[in-house]
Amino acid sequence: MRHFRETIYKWIFSVLAFASLLFLTGIILTLFVESYPFFVRHDISESIFGLYWYPTYDPPEFGMLTLITASFVVTLGAMVVCIPIGVGTALFLQELASASQRAVLKPLIEILAGIPSIIFGFFGMIVVAPFLQRLLGIPTGLNAFTASLVLGIMATPTVASLAEDAVSFVPRSFREASLALGANRWQTLTRVVVPAAGSGISTAIILGIGRAVGETMVVLMVAGGAAVIPHSIFDPVRPMTATIAAEMGEAVMGSGHYGALFAIGLILFFITLAINIVAEIISRRFRLKLGLGR
Amino acid sequence: MQVQSAGCFAHIFSRLLFLLIFAPVVSCFDPEAGPTLTIKGSTTVLPVVQIGAEVFMDRNPGVNVSVQGGGSGVGIASLIDRTTRIATSSRDIKAEELERARAAGVYPHETIVVMDGIAVVVNPSNRVDNLATEQIRDIYTGRTSNWQDLGGPDREIVVISRDTSSGTFEAFEKLALEGLKVRPGALVTASNQVVNTTVAQTPGAIGYLGYGYLSHRVKTMMVDGVRPSVETIRSGKYPLARPLYLYTDGKPAGEAKRYIDLLLSEEGQRLVQEQGFIPVR
Repeated sequence: MRHFRETIYKWIFSVLAFASLLFLTGIILTLFVESYPFFVRHDISESIFGLYWYPTYDPPEFGMLTLITASFVVTLGAMVVCIPIGVGTALFLQELASASQRAVLKPLIEILAGIPSIIFGFFGMIVVAPFLQRLLGIPTGLNAFTASLVLGIMATPTVASLAEDAVSFVPRSFREASLALGANRWQTLTRVVVPAAGSGISTAIILGIGRAVGETMVVLMVAGGAAVIPHSIFDPVRPMTATIAAEMGEAVMGSGHYGALFAIGLILFFITLAINIVAEIISRRFRLKLGLGR
Repeated sequence: MQVQSAGCFAHIFSRLLFLLIFAPVVSCFDPEAGPTLTIKGSTTVLPVVQIGAEVFMDRNPGVNVSVQGGGSGVGIASLIDRTTRIATSSRDIKAEELERARAAGVYPHETIVVMDGIAVVVNPSNRVDNLATEQIRDIYTGRTSNWQDLGGPDREIVVISRDTSSGTFEAFEKLALEGLKVRPGALVTASNQVVNTTVAQTPGAIGYLGYGYLSHRVKTMMVDGVRPSVETIRSGKYPLARPLYLYTDGKPAGEAKRYIDLLLSEEGQRLVQEQGFIPVR
């Protein structure tokens, strides 16, 4: 009887565990199947390097370079904002903060991580964009700069908490050895702790990039949505995610436009997959380096 | 004491959570609920069908009307795969959609319930108050890019458009641009509300809206010397106006017919006008 029950439990949990595999396969299959007709009918390099996104005109144009560039620019901008803040926060929390400072900061960062992205979008559109527009005297506040700023703030908690984990994994003996050799706290931090946690911090940054690339609501509301290659960081842009979110609802099912949106989804999927693989490789190297095993 | 109050709070919280999660489910499976009339499609038509649905459910307590947005394309696709009884659309059905419908054995029947005007709006600080259709076309295609050329101050025009797949965009493209392409540098926004907000915040902005979404935060332009209003849109004097459609599979029957009749009744048309649209009769 007991043996029977154990078998049942084993089966139930195996099914649950494989359910996510099933969803993943389903999603990948859908992306391939729905975008396949598009890749058959259109030249891939012509689409990826095309400059004009006019999907509903006759004849339609599906140039995705502006959309890919936009995602790239906005993500890069977000990293400029969130790497210093995120990594700085992590180092401060682990190395410098007093217990009471930690007790206040840590939960606050977790709250920031829990705010839904649409709230960030609202905040960016209603507060940040008009403010920057007046402050800098630019024609519109809805542009790549504002989107980068808001996305960067949003990705900060991801980077901060993962980087903090990485720093906390650095064995105490490393710090003690450094201090014993006569290094001061700053030297210990920059020459011992940061290099030792380096790959862990890199993983944190890469996962932050993943968060920024895939974010949809903020860029839809704040980036301005113009499908152009930006000449400056203050030009409006249209990232890939925003394009899919804005247009999927009205695209005629099975049309070229529909296929093109799935093709963008597929490109996005490969980008995030590559990001995750790189993060995984780096974090594995990191574990070996600190002697934590596989 | 502390522990007790925390426990009490957790208890209330878990009850609330339960209600939040299960209340909609329970109401869905209410065995006493009658037939359901689903309406799906254009977000432009949404306020019209919403107010109609409220009155209809008041009059017919047994019938449940479910109204969803999603866009004209989604509405028509749902009509074709029979997941909605009525599809709403701010454009007429496309030839390829009609083909797909026929192949699926669905015969879309068109009813025009109201008219919609497209208003061109600028920031309240703008001194320009009339634009010719050709000037609007030049602004949107990128041939004109400074308010100076239109009798305004020396200020860059911030062109605000809608997604190329939005119904409002399609109407604007057809009515004002005559098929020419909007310049790629135009800001693209996701809804009428966002157009309102962005134009109100941006001194050099120009945008366009469904007449029902006009707000006091923006300044409405005259087009070819005609101010958009119920009279000028219905009479066809205002150049940027269009009808809004309901599609059913075959001639409307049963609840769908009663619902459409309500919208077309004198009372229904008055309600629709209160939502900022233009009655057809």
